[in-house]
Amino acid sequence: MTLETKLLGVTLKNPVLMASGTFGFGEEYAGYLDVSRLGGICSKGLTLHPREGNYGPRMWETPAGMLNSVGLQNPGVEHFIRHELPGMRGLGPAIIANLGGGTIEEYVEGARLLNSAGIDILELNISCPNVKEGGANFGLKPAIATQVVSAVRKVFSGPMLVKLSPGAENIVEMAKACRQAGADGLSLINTLLGMAIDVEQRKPVFRNIAAGLSGPAVRPVALRMVYDVVRAVDCPVVGLGGIATWRDAVEFLLAGAAAVQVGTAVFQNPEAPLEIIDGLQRYMERHGFEHISDIRLKK
Amino acid sequence: MPSEMVTVRSNQEVGEDVFEMRLPSSVPAKPGQFYMLRREGSALLLPRAISLCNQEEDTLTFLYKVVGEGTAELSNMKPGDKLRLTGPLGNGWPLEELSGKRVLLVGGGIGIAPLLLAAKALRQQGNPADCCLGFPHQPFYQEAFQPDCGALSIATESGVAGHKGLVTQLFDPADYEIVLCCGPTPMMKAVVALCKAAGTPVWVSLENRMACGVGACLVCTCSDHQGKNRRTCKDGPIFRGEEINFDA
Ligand SMILES: Cc1cc2nc3c(=O)[nH]c(=O)nc-3n(C[C@H](O)[C@H](O)[C@H](O)COP(=O)(O)OP(=O)(O)OC[C@H]3O[C@@H](n4cnc5c(N)ncnc54)[C@H](O)[C@@H]3O)c2cc1C
Ligand SMILES: Cc1cc2nc3c(=O)[nH]c(=O)nc-3n(C[C@H](O)[C@H](O)[C@H](O)COP(=O)(O)O)c2cc1C
Ligand code: FES
Repeated sequence: MTLETKLLGVTLKNPVLMASGTFGFGEEYAGYLDVSRLGGICSKGLTLHPREGNYGPRMWETPAGMLNSVGLQNPGVEHFIRHELPGMRGLGPAIIANLGGGTIEEYVEGARLLNSAGIDILELNISCPNVKEGGANFGLKPAIATQVVSAVRKVFSGPMLVKLSPGAENIVEMAKACRQAGADGLSLINTLLGMAIDVEQRKPVFRNIAAGLSGPAVRPVALRMVYDVVRAVDCPVVGLGGIATWRDAVEFLLAGAAAVQVGTAVFQNPEAPLEIIDGLQRYMERHGFEHISDIRLKK
Repeated sequence: MPSEMVTVRSNQEVGEDVFEMRLPSSVPAKPGQFYMLRREGSALLLPRAISLCNQEEDTLTFLYKVVGEGTAELSNMKPGDKLRLTGPLGNGWPLEELSGKRVLLVGGGIGIAPLLLAAKALRQQGNPADCCLGFPHQPFYQEAFQPDCGALSIATESGVAGHKGLVTQLFDPADYEIVLCCGPTPMMKAVVALCKAAGTPVWVSLENRMACGVGACLVCTCSDHQGKNRRTCKDGPIFRGEEINFDA
């Protein structure tokens, strides 16, 4: 029995990856859980140039979830390659660089730099709901997503995931379009758009009004989308959205995901990803499964 | 590990809606650091950030005010109940900069919590700090401060104890070489303004909504006057008051 698995040709110790934006560059959490046991880490969403992100409140807790409006604050691709990536490498898990952008040119330049940087996988974030002139536009309509994905494909030769937005007009059509434009695999879902109003101040909480919803509240939506996309495309799908326990992870694997990502759950319990890995192992032992790919729905 | 399930040792009301919780821990912390607390099996998503108020041998003491669901849930916990404790987190007070200096501690309401350990550390250095504590109404916990400070003054807005009025009316920052401050944002703003005018360096302990508490998620940022973001949880929670833009 082994948890080891391959994703886009890259060997992972296990199929549990940390979701972009929730785990920094890995080192932030190093003192609070044994980071070396993770399957992989998705970097904070990078852009070609450094960004300070959004002003005003950035977080609001909601029932079984949270809204965030960080706005892609990041040090930029070059800084990442020089200063964060070496430390990330030393942690052990596979390195997935998450890349966003405001224009196609920005995506392409960022991907070009990452092409020779020694990352394991590129995760293209075509859904940045927080950045006004940014990714949200790219992730909604297949025609626009196709432009970004095919342009990046021309300059990035390594394994590439495209991360889909649940705001896409039709998630299955979007998945097919991104696959056709050159994605080696797909990851979904990014945050759903929501909002909150501060009733005492009588004002929307966030300056951008809308913010990204994550956590257990989004899980059934994410699971349904993963289930549908797995059945429509011929490439590996990485499932995420509200996964907090091994049971949640198994649900996504049963729906056909090749791997899962854990995001918001690490905030409530830094050891959640390790508990998920241990639970997955016990589940496989109980069911007599040899490989992750044996975890499938009953016919 | 700095994130573990621990058992509540005691939890009791020490003032109106103010509770004191004792928890075990083996990891030493610095005055001014904080922890994230979440009741086992809580229906709430996120843990709550609470400053370390006191530390004796293997016991941590937290002082907190019930302001919403999360703190209400903590206040209902009984000895033996379990919670997840992550920490110590953040930078702590700049104790190295305080040695031999005339130090003033200014606390407002529940903001007095992180100041107690600073008072104790300074007393141990043989350099006790003066202490001004302000409360809206009934003061609490001032007896814990008494043995560890030089002069202790109290202000209450309602006038039930000490000076009737605001804590900022109790001191002149020009009498001190450094000020440490924690309280509601308007109070910290006022204290920073007074200190600036007097040319006295001031350090503040900030509160901001947090998710990870370790510097990874960037939801807790505050801004400095150059417009640069600082993570309240990791680069703070303690900052030089003059550097922070309270109106960003
Ligand atoms: C570094 C730090 C140290 C703190 N130390 C103490 C302390 O020693 N004693 C104490 O009583 N309180 C302290 N607080 C404030 C405490 O974290 C909040 O009062 C608490 O989170 C409120 O939770 P709630 O569910 O009761 O309130 P709700 O208003 O229902 O909370 C809703 C959401 O907003 C967040 N939130 C609300 N108010 C605050 C706030 N002031 N700061 C941060 N997040 C907030 C909550 O965590 C939660 O996610 C500290 C905060 C920080 C950031
Ligand atoms: C604070 C925060 C920041 C995030 N930043 C990014 C990002 O930079 N790039 C990205 O692709 N997704 C980002 N996400 C989305 C997550 O990677 C994930 O898709 C989403 O939160 C759903 O998973 P979860 O419910 O397990 O968190 C962020 C999420 C949160 C909560
Ligand atoms: S709470 Fe996550 S960076 Fe501060």
